[in-house]
Amino acid sequence: MAQPHQSSARSMFGSLALIAVVIGCGAAAFAYTAGWFSPQRLTPDKMVDALKPPTGEPLGHRRNHAKGICFTGVFEANGAGTALSHAQVFTRGQYPVVGRFNLGTADPNAPDATVRVRGMGLRISTPDGQEWRSAMIDPPIFPVSTPQAFYELLLASASKDPNAMKTFAAARPEFAAFGAWATSGPWTGSYAEERYNGLNSFVFTDSSGAERTVRWSLLPAAQPMSVSPDDLAKRGPDFLEQEITERLRGGPLRWTMVVTVANPGDPTADPSKAWPEDRRTVEVGTLTVEQIEPERNGPCRDINFDPTVLPSGMRTSDDPFPAARSSVYAKSYDLRTAEAKDYPRTAKDAKP
Amino acid sequence: MTGDRQRFTPLQRLLHWLMAVCILAMLFIGVGMVSTVKPKYLTLVSIHKPLGIAILALALVRLAVRLRYGTPPLPADLPEPMKLAAQLSHYALYVLMIGMPLLGWGMLSALFGGVHLPAILPQSDGLHTLLWNAHFYLAFVFFALILLHLAAALFHALVRRDGVFDAMAPVSSHHEIAPAE
Repeated sequence: MAQPHQSSARSMFGSLALIAVVIGCGAAAFAYTAGWFSPQRLTPDKMVDALKPPTGEPLGHRRNHAKGICFTGVFEANGAGTALSHAQVFTRGQYPVVGRFNLGTADPNAPDATVRVRGMGLRISTPDGQEWRSAMIDPPIFPVSTPQAFYELLLASASKDPNAMKTFAAARPEFAAFGAWATSGPWTGSYAEERYNGLNSFVFTDSSGAERTVRWSLLPAAQPMSVSPDDLAKRGPDFLEQEITERLRGGPLRWTMVVTVANPGDPTADPSKAWPEDRRTVEVGTLTVEQIEPERNGPCRDINFDPTVLPSGMRTSDDPFPAARSSVYAKSYDLRTAEAKDYPRTAKDAKP
Repeated sequence: MTGDRQRFTPLQRLLHWLMAVCILAMLFIGVGMVSTVKPKYLTLVSIHKPLGIAILALALVRLAVRLRYGTPPLPADLPEPMKLAAQLSHYALYVLMIGMPLLGWGMLSALFGGVHLPAILPQSDGLHTLLWNAHFYLAFVFFALILLHLAAALFHALVRRDGVFDAMAPVSSHHEIAPAE
């Protein structure tokens, strides 16, 4: 009975081939999803790699805005924000804050005068158990329009090719506005004199369900005093941290939080574009910074200032940056917690 | 073990196929979300966490149902090494179905201010790192095991045709088979 035997052998071969194809396709689909066939895909790992400063990976530290100092204080809502969002943080009252003044550098030991961008991380907690986390910076606009362009900016700034930045600026014309601010904008001698801008847009929902796309900023109560970069360079490497610690001895420091509402058609997805000056603004409350603590043992050390951690009444908009920041910050958090031994808490008040 | 039943109970089959869909979705969402910075990252993360808890709950129900109803016997003529492989791989699948969500939950607990679920572990840098690594690498082990499981199921269905696949098939394909076969 050669015939049936042959056909059953053929059918068995066919079955095994089918199984191999099914398994192969399954494995390939998984590998594709994981990005193994897409070397061009921008991943959190690639972004973190591109952030690596010439001084080497900042082990135990945030991968960007690596140098900073913790503060605690309160956010006092005046109630006006309830017209925009039903988040509890806008109902009149005082809510505890943990924050961090920081420098936009991946080098935790960078001298303060060498870093153009200064920032503030903020976490406001409300009694309903929700949190509003935000990380803001002092330029009035973001350098680029998309996370991909930010990645290209990191590569260009780290490149040894002397024309890399020129090529980048030509390819990303939106960078010109930031470039102008970076070269001719004023410098101050204090974290307390900076205006911190959220830059990314978010959607606020009020109690009637109406939605508005907004950005927010913290305006300093302290009068900004322009200091030339040359004069700043003569100060110590940590002058900003020393100055803010010293200044706080004279009493708490304040910022007014202002929410700006977009008009239809405003560039809500592009933080490199400012909105027109005449847009509706609402002063929603006051941030009071009461205490400064070094980061090493400070309360901000372990906070991931992930801008997508929002209370209900706020959500992400069509701005692609908060999601990208969230994914990269998570990677940065995973790395620095794994490297905690490289940035040890000091024994004096180390956690048990 | 009730050895006389030829197929898994309808409840067991329902749980199996429901969880198959959930777990495959979960694994694809997992590898997808850690490799993108696009806005879908947030969507994927927001599905990954509750789906993980759902899988944990389903896996515990499934374990209880299995302990109650047992499994149909493997074919008597199945070679011993295959029987052993079948048993061990199923233990491993159960360990992963229950263990992976627990690792994920523990990881979020060990993270600073990370969860709205009750924390099942204290906040700790070292613990977070350990759990993160376990969760990440075991996901690939889990997927490989599922491929192996699928290959074995198809081998039973297409090559051996011994009724093992039919025991878990959503609908029986052999209900009119002559006893002689």
